[in-house]
Amino acid sequence: MRGSTRLKWAVCATAVALAATACGGGGSDSGGGGGASGIVSASWGDPQSPLEPANTNEVQGGKVLDMLFRGLKKYNPKTGKAENMVAASITTSDSLNFAIKLNPGWTFSDGDPVTSDSFINAWNYGALLKNAQKNASFFRFIDGYDAVHPEKEGAASTAQTLGGLKKVDDLNFTVKLGAKFSTWPDTLGYSAYDPLPKSFFSDHATWLNKPIGNGPYTVDSYTKGQTMKMRKWAGYKGPDPAQNGGIDLRVYTDNNTAYTDLQAGNIDLVDDIPASQLKNAKSDLGDRFINQPAGIIQTVSFPLYDPKWSGPNAAKIRQGLSMAINRAQITEQIFQKTREPASDWTSPVLGDAGGFKAGLCGDACTFNPTEAKKLITEAGGLPGGQVTLTSNVDTGSHKDWSDAVCNSINNALGNDKACVFNPIGTFADFRSKVTNKQMTGMFRTGWQMDYPLIQNFLQPIYYTNASSNDSHYTNANFDKLINQANAEPDTAKAVALFQDSEKQLAIDMPAIPLWYQNGTGGYSTKISNVALNQFSVPVYNEIKVS
Amino acid sequence: MGRYVIRRLLQMIPVFIGATFLIFVMVYALGDPVAAFFGDRAPDPATAAQIRHQYGLDKPLWHQYLDYMGNIFTGDFGTAFNGQPVTELMKSAFPVTLRLTLVAIFFEIVIGITFGVITGMRRGRPIDTSVLLMTLVVISIPVFVLGYVLQYVIAVQWGIGEPSVSPEAPLNELILPGIVLALVSLAYVTRLTRTSIAENTRADYVRTAVAKGLPRRRVILRHLLRNSLIPVITFIGTDIGGLMGGAIVTERIFNIQGVGYQLYQGILRHNSATVVGFVTILVIVFLLANLLVDLLYAVLDPRIRYA
Repeated sequence: MRGSTRLKWAVCATAVALAATACGGGGSDSGGGGGASGIVSASWGDPQSPLEPANTNEVQGGKVLDMLFRGLKKYNPKTGKAENMVAASITTSDSLNFAIKLNPGWTFSDGDPVTSDSFINAWNYGALLKNAQKNASFFRFIDGYDAVHPEKEGAASTAQTLGGLKKVDDLNFTVKLGAKFSTWPDTLGYSAYDPLPKSFFSDHATWLNKPIGNGPYTVDSYTKGQTMKMRKWAGYKGPDPAQNGGIDLRVYTDNNTAYTDLQAGNIDLVDDIPASQLKNAKSDLGDRFINQPAGIIQTVSFPLYDPKWSGPNAAKIRQGLSMAINRAQITEQIFQKTREPASDWTSPVLGDAGGFKAGLCGDACTFNPTEAKKLITEAGGLPGGQVTLTSNVDTGSHKDWSDAVCNSINNALGNDKACVFNPIGTFADFRSKVTNKQMTGMFRTGWQMDYPLIQNFLQPIYYTNASSNDSHYTNANFDKLINQANAEPDTAKAVALFQDSEKQLAIDMPAIPLWYQNGTGGYSTKISNVALNQFSVPVYNEIKVS
Repeated sequence: MGRYVIRRLLQMIPVFIGATFLIFVMVYALGDPVAAFFGDRAPDPATAAQIRHQYGLDKPLWHQYLDYMGNIFTGDFGTAFNGQPVTELMKSAFPVTLRLTLVAIFFEIVIGITFGVITGMRRGRPIDTSVLLMTLVVISIPVFVLGYVLQYVIAVQWGIGEPSVSPEAPLNELILPGIVLALVSLAYVTRLTRTSIAENTRADYVRTAVAKGLPRRRVILRHLLRNSLIPVITFIGTDIGGLMGGAIVTERIFNIQGVGYQLYQGILRHNSATVVGFVTILVIVFLLANLLVDLLYAVLDPRIRYA
């Protein structure tokens, strides 16, 4: 008797455990491995927010939008030049009013034609405060933005649509900007300006689960946080159709595992090689290791809102600190030459015509420990005798290079307490401290360009009260030069003006340029024609599967 | 027995409320998550306020907690920042981790207890010493080292198995990660069983059983092992919760999108809905596992009874 009850309890206990597992497992197809013909499997990171064009401001989500959408313009993956895509022409006579003409024949993959409304509605949606889109500020150049999206916390929109957008007919619309901006059309390759189909507005939730665009790929299936399977869209009539059958993006939590998977032949393409593997990547992969310039610059900024850093001699101290950093050594030893010492505030991907100018920063960005020590001593020494360098440590190899930068400064100044690294656990915590002006010493700032224009490396970061002006730098001459450059219709003259504004930065040194970051990647023998674009994102549609 | 179970279940309520509140406070103390949404760009105040309002982050802590608890009872665990309901994340994550945990527990029981019995019966012999030494090595090496090394050697060098687990996480792919996850506990199970067996071999009832002329197999399995298993069962039971929560490292190494992954993402992004939701479930699992252990005592040793 007793034996049977005891047995019952034991059976019950195991049954509970088994039942719990049996119900899991989901997943209808266990294809895995990516064996289907012409399909490329690639590593991916979990996008931070739902995949809406105006709400995606990080690389992982941007990657997908790049495959699913084609905007008015597209950046040439080789040169970075903004070339017309859906737009037939964008014209202006005064750098203020723009006439946009669309190419006929474009449709979304659900059959909805791409018209003026597809753009106007998408842009109005992106700008409207109620929709809380992270890229809303990209529409601030358009006239009427303030009414749709007031800046003040708690304010309400006084208009639902941007006054500067006017539909002429299905293939023509006009845009009036709030201020002159001659290179504005070149910004339109950014994914925030992508058009949206009617289904986005009529059934938002369904659309988010399976986004529909007008690009060379369509979404086959999407399991958030795990995989997104994209297939070539046969109906795509644009000039750049997919040269493979599709892309399977797989979320990796650790890029070390992605790299191991590539070595084991489990995945075809990895677009971010972990710093710890860079040493081996060259010998492991040979020609299949990609290391090419991308529009990313790393800097350290100063809290100019702190009286310690805004005194009359502070600029001299900042220049001295910049001279004390041995960029060449750090980029070689820690990053295995996947970064290049920076000597201006832009990026080599802009090219000479686009405004990149090596050495523009001059002596201030050249390693010179004796001069560094001299400058800082002359200026009265480091404020408080010590400077901290703050960075988040949850991603990348921020701790490694931060330690190296501090060591370099300490060696130059002959004081092993001159620079101290102050690690912060998460990016979220770090960013909220930066935006709340809680920094007291140097802090990490990085910039990945939104579009390949010299303007994008300067105005958002150093213009008075600009959105990424973390050091809260303000200089009337700098602002004036930027305004002049924006209003200048001749590109070469505009670029020269932007470079003049950089010379002001060299004097004030609100941020020390550290290095230009390359894009890295690796791929299997199964695929070819793999390259990264200027944004360090693989050019997926050109990959060929053998 | 029934009353005992009910009493235990009622005791869970305060533990549950206390645990969730503590986690809530901790995630809240991590700071404001909204700034990170905007990357290296400072959020414009109006949009930031809109997002805070959307996730209820503009309310005071106690208010957020009450709202959260109120919603839990209607089955609404909130929304993660990527727009997915947390319940959906749970539905995909918990089965995967549970399977991983069961694989780990399976190895713990089978290998750990077998080794424990063998070494316990042969104290001081070479096999005992070598197994003890091996467990010492396993305990002293960090899990991520073991994980990366095994992953590289087995999957890349030898080419057996795959270095990562596919999203469906079938059982055969979970064997390697399961072993990695189990290794440390396995070592403890071995040592616990060994000690317990060694102690009981000299017990009166074992001598009696041998004197009765019972076969050796029966003496070991029915008499010796059953009585020696109580501390081991206690350990394994509490380990279930520990393994599920502690799978963060293993899941990261083998790219398993389970509970560890979701918790990690939740903490990185300061997403209290995700973290508190997952921890809440883990707390329940832990409590139930403890209850199960206590009930198993009665099965193993009828002298232990619950009024």
